[in-house]
Amino acid sequence: MTAEFWISQTFNGLSYGALLFLLASGLSLIFGVMRVVNLAHGSYFMLGGYVGLSVVWRTGSYTLALVCGALALALIGVGMQRLFLQRIPGQTLGQVLMTIGFALIFQDLALLIWGGDPYTIPVPEPLQGVITMGGLRFPRYRIFIIVVAIVVGALLWLALDRTRTGAVIRAAVDDAEMAGGVGIHVPRVSLAVFALGAALAALGGVIGGGFLGVYPGADFEVLPYAFVVVIVGGLGSLPGAVVGSMLVGLLDNFGKALFPELSYFTLFAPMALILALRPTGLFGRV
Amino acid sequence: MKRQHVLAVLGAVIAAAAAAPLLPSYPLTLLTQAVIIAILAMSLDLLLGYTGLSSLGHAAYFGVSAYAVGILATEHQAGFVVCAVAGVALAALTAALFGLLAIRAVGTYFLMITLALGMVVWGLAFRWVSMTKGDNGIAGIPRPELGLPWSLWAPLPFFYFALGGLLLAWALLAVLVRSPFGLTLKGVRESETRMRALGYNVWLHKYLAFVLAGTFAGFAGVFWAYYNGFVSPVDVQLVTSVETLLMVALGGPGTLAGPVLGAAVIVFLKNFVSVYTKRWLLILGAVYIGVILFAPKGIFGALRGRQR
Repeated sequence: MTAEFWISQTFNGLSYGALLFLLASGLSLIFGVMRVVNLAHGSYFMLGGYVGLSVVWRTGSYTLALVCGALALALIGVGMQRLFLQRIPGQTLGQVLMTIGFALIFQDLALLIWGGDPYTIPVPEPLQGVITMGGLRFPRYRIFIIVVAIVVGALLWLALDRTRTGAVIRAAVDDAEMAGGVGIHVPRVSLAVFALGAALAALGGVIGGGFLGVYPGADFEVLPYAFVVVIVGGLGSLPGAVVGSMLVGLLDNFGKALFPELSYFTLFAPMALILALRPTGLFGRV
Repeated sequence: MKRQHVLAVLGAVIAAAAAAPLLPSYPLTLLTQAVIIAILAMSLDLLLGYTGLSSLGHAAYFGVSAYAVGILATEHQAGFVVCAVAGVALAALTAALFGLLAIRAVGTYFLMITLALGMVVWGLAFRWVSMTKGDNGIAGIPRPELGLPWSLWAPLPFFYFALGGLLLAWALLAVLVRSPFGLTLKGVRESETRMRALGYNVWLHKYLAFVLAGTFAGFAGVFWAYYNGFVSPVDVQLVTSVETLLMVALGGPGTLAGPVLGAAVIVFLKNFVSVYTKRWLLILGAVYIGVILFAPKGIFGALRGRQR
């Protein structure tokens, strides 16, 4: 166990955490506003990756892939919320079953459209290769992921904390009933948040497609991670999503490197413990 | 669910048992599968329907037991009694441990913590390769030798063996839910605060229901391991837990006959649809959504609504 091992593993953990942040911040917001346990959130990640892949194939533009992936999934998210989930407000079990139904449908549709082969989204030239610093090699793409996560996080924080829309969303998170009482159109807020959450997950999917790849099964592979982040950080809390995703990224990475046989256990067991001690997560409120 | 509905389901089970010798082997194996999964669905209903706790990790106890049976029967050539006792006991122990963590949480948080605990078991099944063989799973689990004149390797005797398991679990659960303990669980489901005010230890009742549900899921897991001859992480994954929830929701929570019916419908649907089309996931997904939109109270609930 040299110093290089610790530094490079920490870097890998943080960059994976950054990707998780994109995925989980949206889930956390959706959770916070609507109390919806959205089991289709991993599907947004996977479908975003697939849409991005098709766009890169057609146009060759990575930027366009990011935009189209996010927009396409925002639309799908709006459709799901507007046409289906809105009909069963407050029914946790119903929402769980309905969103898993969508997850199965998305899984099968992706298989139908894109087939079963794994693909990697081609990354633009400037993001390829590594940067060498003090004898350590840092892949540029992983640095890019961290930068994107920081930018998205900062924008989300500014939007939620400094704008009127943000205040409306926070009001809906804190107490949807009271927010409705003071004249906030909560269903419209829910719709906007759902679109944003799905778009963020899709953004994560396109970016993740550059180094994890796009493949069938990615949806249910990332879903537990997103849940763990949200559970550890606390529902509907942005700082919670930041801390949670970093923690989960590091735990997962070191768990895989140090105890390969127990790697999922090293991730999920601390989370179960945190939840048992602080049932609302590190930053969550009841 | 009305008495006549319960009798209808029980009648269907008896009819299936009587018709079994006439069936070709494929429908018979499906029927066996439905019978075993019905035990699992009933065990979840003790939590969901009777106590009002929706668990997203119920496959964990089912899988822990199936793994115990698989490992003991293949690596240690253990007999039926040892395997069954070990499987059920391990499931009960796991539920006893997880219950300590989970029962404090309510509502959405209970859903999430049970999901996470289920993932712990899945993670171990997937990655603890030296114990569980990881993604390859444990294959070649021999059918048990019970010293009977009929070999359980044949489909028909094994069907009756599993059916015996179902009827035993059904009888035990029926006694349980009608006992004062079971009635208290229903009280907890309706109003925790009221039960607390009446002097009941709500936490303990929920905890015991959790452990008992895990134990019965373990009982189902024993049969599952022998039925498939194979245990893999698929048996403990999230989708398995959610599918069990769907069966209970479809059949009607809070009844024992309902989950049996729900399990049968889903098992047959999955297998028949996958014979005719590769797109069976699409159809299963649509079933999930359809059930929630059009039959939120289950099959019998929908029928009753139609009659009015």
